[in-house]
Amino acid sequence: MKISREEVLRIAELAHLGLSPEEVDMYCGQLDGILGYIDKLKQIDISNVEPMAQVLHAGAGSDVKDAHPELRDDTLLPCDIADAVLAAAPDAEKPFFRVPKVITR
Amino acid sequence: MSAAAPWTVESVRAALLAKKISARELATEFYGRIERRNPELNAYLTFSPERAYAQADRIDLSVARGENLPPLAGVPMAIKDVISTRGVRTTCASKILENYVPAYDATAVERLERAGAVLLGKTNCDEFAMGGSNENSAYGPVHNPVALDRVPGGSSGGSAAAVAAGLAVAALGTDTGGSIRQPASFCGVPGLMPTYGRVSRYGLVAFASSLDKIGPLAENVADAAAIMSVIAGHDENDSTSAAIAVPDYASETRRPVQGLRIGVPEDYFAEGIDAEVKEKVESGIELLERLGCKRIPLHMPHTDFATAVYYVLATAEASSNLARYDGVRYGLRVPGATLTEMYRNTRENGFGAEVKRRIMLGTYVLSSGYYDAYYLRAQSVRTLVARDFAGAFKKADVIVTPTAPTAAFGLGEKIADPLQMYLADIYTVTGSLAGVPGISVPCGKNRTGLPIGMQIFGPHFAEGRVLQVARAFEEAGGFGL
Repeated sequence: MKISREEVLRIAELAHLGLSPEEVDMYCGQLDGILGYIDKLKQIDISNVEPMAQVLHAGAGSDVKDAHPELRDDTLLPCDIADAVLAAAPDAEKPFFRVPKVITR
Repeated sequence: MSAAAPWTVESVRAALLAKKISARELATEFYGRIERRNPELNAYLTFSPERAYAQADRIDLSVARGENLPPLAGVPMAIKDVISTRGVRTTCASKILENYVPAYDATAVERLERAGAVLLGKTNCDEFAMGGSNENSAYGPVHNPVALDRVPGGSSGGSAAAVAAGLAVAALGTDTGGSIRQPASFCGVPGLMPTYGRVSRYGLVAFASSLDKIGPLAENVADAAAIMSVIAGHDENDSTSAAIAVPDYASETRRPVQGLRIGVPEDYFAEGIDAEVKEKVESGIELLERLGCKRIPLHMPHTDFATAVYYVLATAEASSNLARYDGVRYGLRVPGATLTEMYRNTRENGFGAEVKRRIMLGTYVLSSGYYDAYYLRAQSVRTLVARDFAGAFKKADVIVTPTAPTAAFGLGEKIADPLQMYLADIYTVTGSLAGVPGISVPCGKNRTGLPIGMQIFGPHFAEGRVLQVARAFEEAGGFGL
């Protein structure tokens, strides 16, 4: 077994998924199969191979002269969306989103 | 105007200018078709007639005034439901966003509308773009218009089905691991995945941020090129969008292909490929050779590992991107006694099985103790896959492969075994990881009449060359091989 029931429960907790016991069993089996398949990556020699987090920054063909095109100057820009955003919220009381109490005394 | 000939960007424009039809009449015609065929296909989830007709009326006024028409004037289009449309419900085919109405347009949508496109509605897809069959939608599967008991492919199944069935002249889809190309292949239409960063992702509901792309599905290659000209280009709102000039795709697409080197990697024609797919794609390559292209045999050694890499990286990124669906700011909220309970209840009820599975896989590979062995390792293998492409493009101008190992499979056939479904992506995920552009073009049908697709990859930002080869193939009759 690549993954145990306990691990599935741990992951579900990390991911905030309230799984039913049947779901835990089902995902346990499925994830086990998938992780078994993913194990083929262990065959590859990755010594001296840089991990690629972002395609463009790996310099794969981009001729962009700016070393950091993803950055911009830190200047204030207008952002007038608060009302529209709050209008779509499940429970809003401007300017807040209301949620169950976090701190209890 | 022949009723049988499908509308194209060009024929719409010509008909509007010749006053043979108004934009409003054309939109009405398409809504009529949708009313007749959508119930059996389930390609569309939401309609936007107010917006569509307002746009159509604007176009008609321009025509009446003799003004210059924008490039996509009056063209009825559909938008995949993971792309934000202001004022139009955007569900991502999930229950967790069942009633979500965005307050803004995706940049690609804004550009299409500024170019005159008439946006008919939002198309069905796999939930949060996760799937290869459009069976993971919370709103029912999409049926392949070519054969109703078959999947249209996924995740952009609704967009592909809409175009194939004549329910839109063209559509936007998204591609993370094959989600434009594979349904395009299964439904028998061209579908282009642009280079990563070529089209802004602003407004695209994020699945895997280093892999997501927006791209066109159309009835012909020239229309795909026309749409690309409109949606491509740098966007300040997307820090990953490339600050690289957009070429004139229309003229690049019309260039002759004589002398182009067609790389054919043996790794895509080995075990697992259906014999009829192999036969048709081989014929396709031979057609390109007859057009004056030179076949270059290639070996891309990490092809076989790409699917495993993809399902580590894409799920890891997804687990992070989907953490925002917690019932706090938008979408579904299922109450709980505590905040954490609210999160768990909301996500348990709001997400479908495939989404949960991928979130869990992604959480696992990122978790303490497993991060190095899975996530970091997969990122290194991604570098090797990208190097395979870089090396190949030193010897060849484009790379040609099958799009998928099979034609459209049956609804329900693969849904029980997620790994089997993932393995259907083997030919598309490679290019996704490398960030290169790739198109799927129809390449004949199998003996039961199901479409087969041929995929053409190009180097980064060489969409023009990819479209050029696709167009030459189309003009030489390749689609009907």
